[in-house]
Formats: sequence, structure tokens, C-alpha cells
Amino acid sequence: MWKSITWRVTLIAVLTAVSIVVLAPSLTDSLPGTWKEKMPRINLGLDLQGGVFLRLAVEIDKAIENTILRYADDARSVCREKGLPVLSFQKAGADGFSFRFPPGDFAARAQATLKEEFPSLEVSLGEVKADGASVTARMKPAEVQAIRTNAVVQGVETIRNRIDQFGVTEPQIIAEGEDRIVVQLPGVKDQQRAIELVGKTALLEFKLVDEGASLDEATKGSVPEDSQLLYQKSVDPQTGRATKTPMLVKRRALLTGDTIKTAKVNFGNQAGGAYVSLSFDSRGAKVFDRVTAENVKRRLAIVLDDTIYSAPVIQERISGGEAQITGNFTADEASDLAIVLRAGSLPAPVKVIQNVSIGPSLGADSIQKGIRAALIGALLVVLFMALYYRFAGLVADFALVFNILFLLAGMAAFSATLTLPGIAGIILAIGMAVDSNVLIFERIREELRAKKTVRAAIDAGYDKAFWTVVDSHVTTLITAVILFQFGTGPIKGFAVSLSMGVAINLFTALVCTKVVFDYLNAKKPMQTLSI
Amino acid sequence: MELVKNTRIDFMSLKKYAFAVSAALTLLGLFGTVQVYRGQANLGIDLAGGTSMQLKFQKPIAMDEVRGILAKAGHKEATLQGVPGENILLIKLRAGANSEEKMVADPIVNLLKSSFPSNPFVVESVSEIGPAIGHKLRQDAALALAVSALAIIVYLAWRFEFKFGVAAAIATFHDIFAMVGIFYIFGIEKDLLFITALLTIGGYSLTDTVVVFDRIRENVRLRKKGTFSETINLSVNEVLSRTIVTSLTVFIATVSLLVFGGIVLHNFALALAIGILIGTYSSIFVASPVVALWRGEKMTEVKR
Repeated sequence: MWKSITWRVTLIAVLTAVSIVVLAPSLTDSLPGTWKEKMPRINLGLDLQGGVFLRLAVEIDKAIENTILRYADDARSVCREKGLPVLSFQKAGADGFSFRFPPGDFAARAQATLKEEFPSLEVSLGEVKADGASVTARMKPAEVQAIRTNAVVQGVETIRNRIDQFGVTEPQIIAEGEDRIVVQLPGVKDQQRAIELVGKTALLEFKLVDEGASLDEATKGSVPEDSQLLYQKSVDPQTGRATKTPMLVKRRALLTGDTIKTAKVNFGNQAGGAYVSLSFDSRGAKVFDRVTAENVKRRLAIVLDDTIYSAPVIQERISGGEAQITGNFTADEASDLAIVLRAGSLPAPVKVIQNVSIGPSLGADSIQKGIRAALIGALLVVLFMALYYRFAGLVADFALVFNILFLLAGMAAFSATLTLPGIAGIILAIGMAVDSNVLIFERIREELRAKKTVRAAIDAGYDKAFWTVVDSHVTTLITAVILFQFGTGPIKGFAVSLSMGVAINLFTALVCTKVVFDYLNAKKPMQTLSI
Repeated sequence: MELVKNTRIDFMSLKKYAFAVSAALTLLGLFGTVQVYRGQANLGIDLAGGTSMQLKFQKPIAMDEVRGILAKAGHKEATLQGVPGENILLIKLRAGANSEEKMVADPIVNLLKSSFPSNPFVVESVSEIGPAIGHKLRQDAALALAVSALAIIVYLAWRFEFKFGVAAAIATFHDIFAMVGIFYIFGIEKDLLFITALLTIGGYSLTDTVVVFDRIRENVRLRKKGTFSETINLSVNEVLSRTIVTSLTVFIATVSLLVFGGIVLHNFALALAIGILIGTYSSIFVASPVVALWRGEKMTEVKR
């Protein structure tokens, strides 16, 4: 008997010591450095510390469309170089395009050329008619699939880079399903700014302003085929009013942001505001050099996500590989712009489909209320047990203390995130924690009524209640695990604390209380039991 | 102290009334569930899609004025709720059935900022959810319920026998439907936390049911005479004090949550509290009678 008691007491003591070691860093900051750093910690959920939760839908179809349009552009240049006159261009479904050529062997030659130049395209010759023939090019399925996967994987990577540079501790950026990205930014105070930073596609393009066509006509709807109507947004620094100026630019981008090497914020342009200076990599610098040389005295629009930031006149050839984006930026705006340019553009536009932002003050308020509710709930249950079962109730309360300690330590060990529903789960677990003891105590009462000795009644009570306790806990555990599997966000947090609570319950109810009774009985068999 | 002593209540004779009450609750719940699935019931924006905001003003706010301003901006359907004494304003906008997934929180904040220059506020929380996500979350919830039911039937079929498993699942679903029905009738908002509460209560009520079943099995083995109904009555009476005490402790915990947990947890705690009452009722009046009806009155041993 004594051996078994010693063994169990040792187990409880070891678990308690481990729990305290694991839990301490979550409760206090005044610990030795290595202890604090080595130990996992209970994370506070967004609802408890404030922050942003975003679910983004990646618009993969747009990425595919953009890719095929870029192919079409390149293909058209290639045809032009080889002297193959493209009469018209048409999109062919979501992942293809077709060119029409005049009569003759143009179409056949184009097919051969494109096939050779673009191995990732399937090029087929259309029907040859008297007035010419068409060539259809389509992306190979493998290519489309690669774009699909890439759009999400690279999107996650890009957003992570941006957030790292923005400076958020413990951000969580993960792909969800085939086309979703979930971004969690705990503790972010300027939430709107963070959302904009994450959501920007940041596709930077340099496009020539189309000065040949009439802007009036264009705003009325007749935009030349190779041009597009974009707007320049400028904000008056005094009044804060935004104005939009229409501008006609060539559709074809001369240079894009993927050639940017660095982007940084500088101050002190004419208006005294902030601006972003860029430097290109060697390929970009070469292209920029050629583009500026060919287009002196023309205007070059700097377009980010289809909004014109500035459209300066090219005064002279620029060969150093440096450029500036000016605009009426605040320091924050300029720094965010530099971040997205450095981190690169998203391969496909994203749309925010779920945004949960919680201010830090509400978080503090919630945690205070939640903890207060938990403490009061626990206290009431403890009081009830002590009143109802007297001495045995106190033993159950004693086990409850270990229960809560182990539960919190378990959450810290798994680096679980404590959310408001998680606190609710703990409260519920406390309510149910005593259930096992109630089951056992009611059994003991029955046995005592049947005139068994105290010691026999206790043993029989634990024995007979054992399987009931196991069954009832396993069923709860089943629902908790399923909640975890299918739940999102708050539900997951709740499921974690509930399932851990249930598992720990089994141990404390069956081991922690029994050892107390066994100890008392081992010293001298109890004659009476206050229950 | 003992709350209930040596009761001899004939629960089985009450089953007619219990079944009538339960049938009504379940039907109501089924109707409510269909409405929830169609997005017709008072759904929280995390299930329906839409926008909800919590703003904390410095001074008291005139709700009518805010309502007027929002209506003028095209948000007639906005529901407003104030927290008395705290100058907190909750704004909820449900996404239309086929409206685009667009975010409206920002413009509204700016609108209110310029409308109440002398009463500044901080945005305490914003939650915007597209209707597609809302739909997906509803589907996920339905799936979770179905999988739980299956898992529970399998576990109980293994631990007891198939009929017990099914009866327990029926009792569990009875509770879930009853809660949906009650929340539907009273027009209380149903959100993701409500679904969490449903599943929790499912688990809790099951625990209760299992305890009764356990005792029935034991008594069937001990008593070879009498009818199955008598055995059920005996078993339910024997565990009655345990059932009541346990329900009481859990109820105490949830009421504490209801009273002290703040507005975010209010509906959740309410659902748990109601659910515990229903779960306790169903483990006495629904689960065992279903087994009795199905198994008949012969005292055949429950296989293990």
C-alpha cells in the first residue's frame, strides 16, 4: 500500500514541478533569461491582445489571365520582329489567345516561330480561309497548374516578407486550401495600415503616356486598342482631399517591378515630402537606360496596381539604374510603398474576404472580464463542493487546483493560443472537472448506505465509477477533437482547452483524490467519512 | 448535505408528456435549423457574412442620429446596439444574399468621424466577413455535427450496443435542435460561438446520458426479474442526485460566465446555460425511453 502511495505522490509532485517550470514564463516576466527563452508560452489570441486576422482570397484566374496577356504581348513582339503582320488579337478562353494573319504562309510561319520561342505554349493553326488564317496559343496544363500553386505559395512568401519588414512579432501567414491565405497579426495597433500593406498587389510598371490620342474621347469610352485609361491619385496635404486625374497610358509595360534591387525612403524633394528611390538590378538598369534614351521628352508613368503615382517627363537618358517615385506621400505611406516594392509583387491580386480587427483596449477589457468570470466560476464551484460533500468535497477541490495548474501548463507546453472562448472552455472544464468526483462520491455514499466499511466503500466507489468516468470523458473528448478538426479560429481555441481539460480531468479525478483517501486509510483505517 | 434522497419517481410513465414536449422542441429546432442553413434566421455576421463594428465613444451617443446618418449613406439595414453606461456602440451590417464581397467598415468609420467631430471614438473591433466564407462556415458546422454524431454512435455501439448508441445520438441531437429552436424563437443571434456551444452541449449531454446508460447496464445484469422500464426507473433514480449535482456545478460555472464574462461571451454563456438544462432533461426523459421503446421490455443482458 505505502509503496503505491509513494509512487503516486511522487508522480503528482513531479508533474507539479514540471508544470510550474513550464507555466512560470507565461505568468511573470521576472525570470532568468534562458528560462524565459527556452520555455514555450501560452500565446494570447487576437481577441485578448488585439490585432488583425485576415483571410485573403487569391484571385488565381487573374494571375492566369495576366500571364497569358503577357505571353500575347511577347508573342506579338516576336512576330513583329520576324516580319509577320498580326492583324488582330483575340483572347481564347481563360488561358489562351489567338492572332489573325493575312493570307499567305504567315500563319504557318508564325506557328513554327511561336512553337520554338515559347515551349510552354501549345500552338495550333486554325482554319485557313481566303482572307487569312489564325494561330491559337494556349498554355500547357502543367504551366497553368504551376501558376495556380505558385500564386498561393509565392503570395504567402511575399506577404511574409512585407510583414517582417513592417515589424510585427509572431505573425502567422499560412496558405489555406487551394486559394486562400490567412494572415494573423497579433498586437498590431495601426490596423488599417497593416491591412493595406498585406492587400496591395504591388505590381509596379513603367508605362509611356499615350500623347497621341485624345483624353476627352478616352474618358467618353473610346480608348485606343493598345492604350488604357488610368487615374493619377493625389492628395492635397493641406485639406486632405483626394483628387483623381485621368491619364491615357500605353498598355504595354516597358519595365516592371521585378527588376528592382532596392527601394528606400528619402526626404526633401521640392515639396519637402517623402519619396521612394529605387535602384534596378543590372537587367533592369539596362532596360531603363534604353527606354529613357528612346523616349526623351516623353512622359513616363509610374504605375502601381493600376494607379499612377507620378508621370514625369524624361529629361535625358538615365543610365545609373536609379529612379524615384514622388507623390504627396506621408512618411508612413512612403515607407510602406518601399516595403512592398522591396518584398516584390503578389503573383495574383488578393481580396480580403474576412477581416477581424480588435483594438488593444478591447483585448485588455476582454481578458480582464474573462479571467474574472473564470475565477468567480471556479470559486463558486469550489464552495459548492465543500458545502455539499464536506471533507470529501475539500479533497475534490484539492484535485481541482492541480487540474487547473496542469491545464494551464499543458497549454503553455503546446504553445496553445488562449482565446476568450478558450477561457470559457476552461471554466466549463472546471464545471465538469468535479463531475467525476461527484460520480465517485455518490457511489461511495451508496456503498456507505449499504453498510460497508469506509475503506471498502471508497475502494468500491472508485472501482464502480471508473468505467462510467472513462466513458463520459471519452465522449466529450470525441466532440472536442472533432471541434478542433473542423473548427476555425475561436472554436479551435475552445476545443484545445476543453480537450486538454478533459484528459487532465481523468488523471486528477482518479489519481489525485484517491491518493488522499488511501493515505488516510493507510495510516489508520478511517472509521467515519464526512461526505 | 443531500439534495435528493432515495427518490422513487416513475419517470417512464411520464414519457408520453416528455415525448410530446420533445417532439415539439425538435420540430421547432428542425425548422430553425433549415432557416439557419438558408441564412434566414438571425445569424451572426460570421455565419451570414457582413460587417460588425464596436466603437467606444467619449460621450453618450444618440442612436437615432447614428441610424439616420447610416440610412442616408445607404445602410438602412444596419442594426445598432448600445451598451448602457459604457458609450459603446455595436453596428452590424448583414451582407445581402448576392451582394459583392466588399468591405464597408472603413467608409462608415470615416463617415461617423466627420459626423461627430465633438464626440471622438476609438474603433474597438471590426469584423468583416464575405458571404462566401459565411456559407462555408455554416457547411463546416453541419459537417462537424454529422461527424460527431457518427463518432459517438460508433463509440457507444462499441461500449454498449448499437441501440444505446443510436438512442444517445438521438438524445444529443434532440438537445442541439431544441437549442436552435429556442434561440430561433427568441430571435437571439446565432454565431460561430453558438455553434461551439451546440457541440459542447452535445458532448455534455452525452456524458450525462452515458452515466445513466452505465447504470442501466449494471442493473440489467444484477436484476433478472421485472421489466426493462422498471430497471430504467431504478437506474435514473439511483443516479439522480449525481445528475443534479453535476448539472448544478456546470450551471454555476456558466452562469458566472454569463454574468461576468462581458458582452462578447454573453450569448455563448446563455446558450451553454440553456443547453445544460436541456441536456439534463434529455438524459432523463429522452435517451432511456428511446432505448426502452426500441428494445422492448424483456430483460436481455446488455452486451459489452
